[in-house]
Amino acid sequence: MAAAKKHDHDRNPPAHTTRLTGSEILWATLEGEGVTTVFGYPGGAILPAYDALRKFPIRHVLVRHEQGAAHMADGYARASGKVGVCVATSGPGATNLVTGIATAMLDSVPMVCITGQVSSKVLGTDAFQEVDITGITLPITKHNFVATRPEDVAPMIREAFLVARSGRPGPVLVDITKDAQQASAEFDFAAAAPKPHRPHPMLKTESASILQAAELIRNAKKPVILAGHGIIQSNAGAQVITLAERMRIPVASTLLGLGAFPASHPLSLGMMGMHGEAWVNHAIQSSDLLIACGMRFDDRVTGTLATYAPNAKKIHIEVDPAEINKNVKVDVALIGDLKEALEALLPHLAPRDAKQESAWLREIEAGKGEVAVRDIRNLPDSGHLYAAHVMHDLWRATEGKAIVVTDVGQHQMWEAQYYKHDEPRTLITSGGLGTMGFALPAAIGAKIACPDKEVWVVAGDGGFQMTAAELATAAQEHLDLNIAIVNNGYLGMVRQWQEFFYDKNYESTPLLSPDFVKLADAHGIRGTAVSSRSQVLPAVTEARAHKGPYLINFMVEKEDSVYPMIPAGSALHEMIRRPKKSPLVETAQDK
Amino acid sequence: MLHTFVALVEDKPGVLTRVASLFRRLNINIVSLTVGHSERVGVSRMTIVCEASPTAGHRIAASLYKLENVLQVDDVGQLSHVARELALIKVAANPKTRSQVFELAEVFRARIVDLAPESLMIEITGVESKIEGLIQVLNENGDRILEIARTGRMVMRRGQHTSKVLEAMRVPGVETPEELKAEEESAAASDVLMAEETGFRE
Ligand SMILES: Cc1ncc(C[n+]2csc(CCOP(=O)(O)OP(=O)(O)O)c2C)c(N)n1
Ligand SMILES: [Mg+2]
Repeated sequence: MAAAKKHDHDRNPPAHTTRLTGSEILWATLEGEGVTTVFGYPGGAILPAYDALRKFPIRHVLVRHEQGAAHMADGYARASGKVGVCVATSGPGATNLVTGIATAMLDSVPMVCITGQVSSKVLGTDAFQEVDITGITLPITKHNFVATRPEDVAPMIREAFLVARSGRPGPVLVDITKDAQQASAEFDFAAAAPKPHRPHPMLKTESASILQAAELIRNAKKPVILAGHGIIQSNAGAQVITLAERMRIPVASTLLGLGAFPASHPLSLGMMGMHGEAWVNHAIQSSDLLIACGMRFDDRVTGTLATYAPNAKKIHIEVDPAEINKNVKVDVALIGDLKEALEALLPHLAPRDAKQESAWLREIEAGKGEVAVRDIRNLPDSGHLYAAHVMHDLWRATEGKAIVVTDVGQHQMWEAQYYKHDEPRTLITSGGLGTMGFALPAAIGAKIACPDKEVWVVAGDGGFQMTAAELATAAQEHLDLNIAIVNNGYLGMVRQWQEFFYDKNYESTPLLSPDFVKLADAHGIRGTAVSSRSQVLPAVTEARAHKGPYLINFMVEKEDSVYPMIPAGSALHEMIRRPKKSPLVETAQDK
Repeated sequence: MLHTFVALVEDKPGVLTRVASLFRRLNINIVSLTVGHSERVGVSRMTIVCEASPTAGHRIAASLYKLENVLQVDDVGQLSHVARELALIKVAANPKTRSQVFELAEVFRARIVDLAPESLMIEITGVESKIEGLIQVLNENGDRILEIARTGRMVMRRGQHTSKVLEAMRVPGVETPEELKAEEESAAASDVLMAEETGFRE
């Protein structure tokens, strides 16, 4: 909640204390909170608000499905660090937001969702398009509100922004009845400011714990930093780099932590967990000290807890006290803003003796060799196109500088493995909820937040079809967006599980797709299909040069799998490796 | 094991749902939950008793704090406290069998609060085991229990007399309003008075 204070706006809010309708108060308050863009879809119960919109300097992006609006607000927030805003009508409009809200909740993304509601006079009567959206979203929002009077609107919206971005961020929903939008009240932006938040009383970075943490770090022979999403949200990248460099500690990253620590940094190990490289997980398993920074020991990064990092002491630096000792019992907990905690910790650490560190780093380095040989990127061009080639070439062409927004599945893991992110907020992906259909709308939000940045969608053929309607939104908004579909003809990640754990019973995973290039064309969007490795770079170059949206349909190997893989419930070091006798690899080597 | 939490919450619609929903989400069964006014208008006090693993206390308290309407949480399980529950028990009894029930009530320091031709109502206050003791004896005696209403456990920590509500409402870095200051002072004054009576231990 310390973070909240920093974000508090000192810009001059609209200075009027005038009588406005609830609708006008809504937009004026959003304007005062610094909102320039909202993503939404109109309907009866939110129509008064839409009617007033044109009087305010706020861009409204018309989506094609409210789930898209929530994901766009989410992508906007993740790319910019600001609070994303989406708007929907009551009933079906509101319920369509639900998946998007849960996605933001699980990944701690600050978002304010505004829904219209039936008039307060008929609340609770099953009126047309009435649904109890605050009840429905109770467990997937940080907090939610119902405004039934125009004078509720400004204080609730302002508090929603405070809650959304304070502490561990998350989505907040404000449900506004139609009569509250229509009636009038005095509006005073400053007077509607929320009371400062009482910090979570369990936050504590006591000096004793800091000293204890410093002591553990000084004495560790095999330390590893676990870099999570919290680094990006707390803006603590520089402090983590200082810690790693000063103490010569290698850094393993969660999926959402990618980019928080530069992938090209010599101390970067890469992604840990279920699809992390073998040496990363081995390093964690043989470590004697884990320094967890803004991460929550999700089951996808720990494997079975019984055998997780058995010899390691654990320091957990985390803003949410409820995460401490939830999955992994820790030795020292620094509960608070990560950046502040690291700033308090660093003065107690003198640079580490170079001899001590190198044995550990050499041990880790030694684990890499054999994997590099088996890397399919190193195989001669067999005419087969692997998703790994696509990701690798995309990374090279964009020099690792693009914002990549991925969907969920195999392509998501390949992106995480082969696209090296050096900057925070350059990988946007649904980690906690794993929401298929996230990529295209979230990328639209990211592009609108960062119009000068190159933005790429990386989606599977399955997930892309879940929200493909948002192609029309990209076209209508003239967005310079690049779309890479990794088309393997399968719900690939599920097929992989069927291959490994269900005797290759490919039930309901082969997938017929439309011709994506024609689909793009129907939207007035340029596109091309690629089926060989040599065509990848030229197509990517063309897409980058093209102004406006561009779609590439990459026809990749159908039955390739993501390696290594830790089966759910196995230990972190029990990985399934790419078999030497894989038919795909063999044909490539034969040539 | 049983955990007992005291939570001070804003007295607003939906707050009870938020608290109850949290326990449901954590897959923890609430054994009892009592809510009522606290020493300050606008703040309710809840005592929540739940069954959860011995290590779950921290996470439950931390998660309660994450609810925006929760001002203060106290995990009182390990601390010295007074626990009370109130029960109303309606027992079938006619003029012939009444006196026997009267005697039992006497032993348990319970009171008879209603008398009807075919039944009577007992009011009993105490720790859960005392109430359960009375129920057991009534059953063993063959008195037919017609209805039981129990409030669930209410607890208060011993010896800490400052207003928890005032403490919870204070935001660091913000001036304490005059009105709050005055209340705090009078609360502190009454501490002195009450401290003299704290010799009492059950
Ligand atoms: C909304 C939703 N439904 C189902 C799933 C389960 N699921 C996870 S990955 C996956 C397959 C994704 O297929 P595709 O989009 O083609 O990507 P690929 O794995 O082939 O790269 C499925 C069905 C999910 N994550 N989200
Ligand atoms: Mg696929």
